[in-house]
Amino acid sequence: MSVLPALDVGLALLVVGVAAWTIAARNLFASVVGYVAYGLLLALVWVRLYAPDVALTEAAVGGGVTGVLLVTAGKRLDALASAEVGVPPGRALKILAGALAALVAGALAWVVLTLPSPAPSLAPAAAEAAAGPGAGLGNPITAVLISYRSFDTMLEKVVLILAVLGVWSVGADAAWGAAPAPLRKVRPDGAMILLAQFLAPVGLLIGVHIFWVGADAPGGAFQGGALLAAMGMVAMMARLAEPPRIDSRKLRLALVAGPAVFLIVGVAGLALADNLFAYPQNFAKPLILFIEAFMVLSIAVALPMLVCGPPNGSPK
Amino acid sequence: MTPPILAGLVGAALVGFGLYGLICDPHPLRKLLAFNLVGSGVFLVFGIVARRGAAAGFAFDPVPQAMVITGIVVAFAASALAVALILRLAAASGKVTLDPRAWTKRDDGGAR
Amino acid sequence: MTASPGGALLVFAVLTPVAGILLSFALGGRAAERITLALAPIGLALAGFIAFLVARSGAPLVYVIGGLPPPLGIALRADGASATMMVAAALIVPAAAFYARAKFATPDGVAESRGALTFWIMLQAIWAALNLIFLGADLFNLYVALELLTFAAVPLVCIDGRPETLAAALRYLLFALFGSISYLLGVALLYGGYGTLDIVLLGERIAATPLVWTAAALMTAGLLAKTALFPLHIWLPPAHANAPAAASAVLSGLVVKGSFFLTLRLWFYVLPALPMAAPAAILGTLGGCAALFGSILALRQPRLKLLVAYSTVAQIGYLFLVFPLASAPAGGALGWSGGFVQVLAHAFAKAAMFLSAGVLAEALGHDRIAHFSGAARALPLTFLTLGLGGLSLMGLPPSGGFEAKWLMLRACAASGQWIWAVPILGGGLLAGGYVYRILAPALADGVVEVKARPQLSRELVALGLVGVALALAFAPEGFFEFIQIGRPLAGGGAS
Repeated sequence: MSVLPALDVGLALLVVGVAAWTIAARNLFASVVGYVAYGLLLALVWVRLYAPDVALTEAAVGGGVTGVLLVTAGKRLDALASAEVGVPPGRALKILAGALAALVAGALAWVVLTLPSPAPSLAPAAAEAAAGPGAGLGNPITAVLISYRSFDTMLEKVVLILAVLGVWSVGADAAWGAAPAPLRKVRPDGAMILLAQFLAPVGLLIGVHIFWVGADAPGGAFQGGALLAAMGMVAMMARLAEPPRIDSRKLRLALVAGPAVFLIVGVAGLALADNLFAYPQNFAKPLILFIEAFMVLSIAVALPMLVCGPPNGSPK
Repeated sequence: MTPPILAGLVGAALVGFGLYGLICDPHPLRKLLAFNLVGSGVFLVFGIVARRGAAAGFAFDPVPQAMVITGIVVAFAASALAVALILRLAAASGKVTLDPRAWTKRDDGGAR
Repeated sequence: MTASPGGALLVFAVLTPVAGILLSFALGGRAAERITLALAPIGLALAGFIAFLVARSGAPLVYVIGGLPPPLGIALRADGASATMMVAAALIVPAAAFYARAKFATPDGVAESRGALTFWIMLQAIWAALNLIFLGADLFNLYVALELLTFAAVPLVCIDGRPETLAAALRYLLFALFGSISYLLGVALLYGGYGTLDIVLLGERIAATPLVWTAAALMTAGLLAKTALFPLHIWLPPAHANAPAAASAVLSGLVVKGSFFLTLRLWFYVLPALPMAAPAAILGTLGGCAALFGSILALRQPRLKLLVAYSTVAQIGYLFLVFPLASAPAGGALGWSGGFVQVLAHAFAKAAMFLSAGVLAEALGHDRIAHFSGAARALPLTFLTLGLGGLSLMGLPPSGGFEAKWLMLRACAASGQWIWAVPILGGGLLAGGYVYRILAPALADGVVEVKARPQLSRELVALGLVGVALALAFAPEGFFEFIQIGRPLAGGGAS
């Protein structure tokens, strides 16, 4: 057994162990911390599956941003320690649920291990499309997201906007228009501020770089946007920046910019390339980078706003 | 064992653990964690499918990988909405339970 | 696969409300309401024109997005069933919007209010998501549509912010998320097995293997959780009863039909190669149980909105009888038509009843059935709507509900599956019981205190909707031919 397979098995056991811990832990906060560690481990699994783009997204969104969201929520719930929780289910239901979960997991494992060989794949079709009338992008995942399945990607950005509005909508009527509460109540100490002052600009550059190279190398709008979002959150946690008011016109425009530009370019495709969401062959690549730039902006703004929560305090 | 096979077993285990937690854990925030475990298990299945589909000079089939990226963002948005609802529920009522019995008493006749 | 003339309209049917969402969100305030109301005629015209094109060509209308055909690209496809559902949505969503103007006007003195902005944007989002669900021809694209629908529907449930509405919304969200992820897992397996997610291509390639059965079970379980089919119904009554009336009308009338529609798509279009007898029997049995238990629970509810919500649980049950009836070798077309007439009759009748329940709760200040004595004299138009809606729920002539049950019973006879007549007739009797429970006290002597006179225009909107539910009883033969356009025959091959 060489080193790599042994590491793989170790990683797999670790991921499953941490996952079991998040379910089994008695304490809510321990379970949350377990989940955050799990998100970071998962990014390593994705690296091993030759999926650097997914690993970047998983590390930034699954580990980083979700981690902040859940830790903040866990802390706020712990502060309401008196909160009444429902009763755990009886033993019969637990056994039934366990049996169902085992059945599903078993069936899934069996089906996944007996997937047909040779595996069906759209990789050849994607390669051909990239060489032919496609967008001339070196990163096939970016091509799938922005060209072949652009309709999914555009609508998924609309889902993000609905989620932001949904989060805002659980706030109080009187607070509408105000800014969400700061991510941390107390002002952090000097070390945190220093770290944020150093980290945020570096992360910003890396985020922009990831977006820019994403056309040809691993990276792209999602990953770049998510990294920028994470840096924004670092700055907010150090209280170097505060969440904006939710009725700010600039904020609203930044949130809709990605899907709106995508939609407009998509409709223009009918005139320019005879098809909705088609790109004219000669300037497909600049158009795609143009769309992606606005998507980076929308993602970078939407993710921190989702973490910040509903508006808080007085609107005036 | 190759990484895809291992990842397949991990994915199946994650779906199983998550499903159990989703049904059995009474705390909504922990139900949400369980949902996220199921979600990442499902994404791993996409990942295996992508890796197995390596062809035409690609180390993976890009289509399922792109779907995972879309899926991760949607799952995060769902988590954020759920967290907002949980925190508001806890703050407004002092209760974080989904048990319907806890909510039937304060019935005002729906005069809205 | 190539695009049909006029196929671009399919994309615009989705993009128009999406553009409305983006504009409403950016401009905020009163613009959201104005944009939603302005969308109504556009959306209705688009749905009507798409239906016209489908009827004229007698074949599904197809559009390939970006000019890149499946399996790499995504297609949209409108057949008779999708066009019918789109027209229904284009009537019910604007009716709910018109009704909601009084409640969700942005108050004077503020630039924007929480409830109004949320309501108007989420209503447009529901419309966009439903159109995509009816038109989608790619299983992952349909996953995005399902998520769009969830994110639009959940905030509507807790728009008035009381703790019990927040709990209802959270429970709904968790069920819906379980549904989406279970569906998505099935999608992953199908892609792993066949390398495409296009419904037509999958329908041609799929064979009955363990992989396909597992995927089918996962996707069906997910969709049933979203449709609230018994025994996964517990989230629905509190969610639909706590939402504002205009939202309840759309949630009960249309939103649960979205995931039902996808269940139909899955079994009849994606999986025609699977032997259908066992799954159809399971779905039919769950549907039959839902029709009976839902009605019994409705009989026991003290509040009108809860009663109407439990009636939705029961009426959803009938929809699932379409699986055994439409997949039978004989009478399949009758079963299919019966199922669709039931979808439409329930959508219009239930939307009308929820709007009426809203009028009533505002006029009386409560919706406790025990305190309805004499209410029919005070609110005659509203109780007329409730009574006529009840007629359709019971399945008495002349109503769409009767037409649906009549078609289903004929399908039972043609295929010799008499067992399904039990829930059809039994559920009808029980529905008679709960409709009587609403009307009897209201028609009895007594005096109710009317706190606010209802607006005539709102009562008329509800009456108009129930009128459509009744008019379905007189649907011409051509309508039944129309909803069969593009329906694959059971056992493989498209008609």
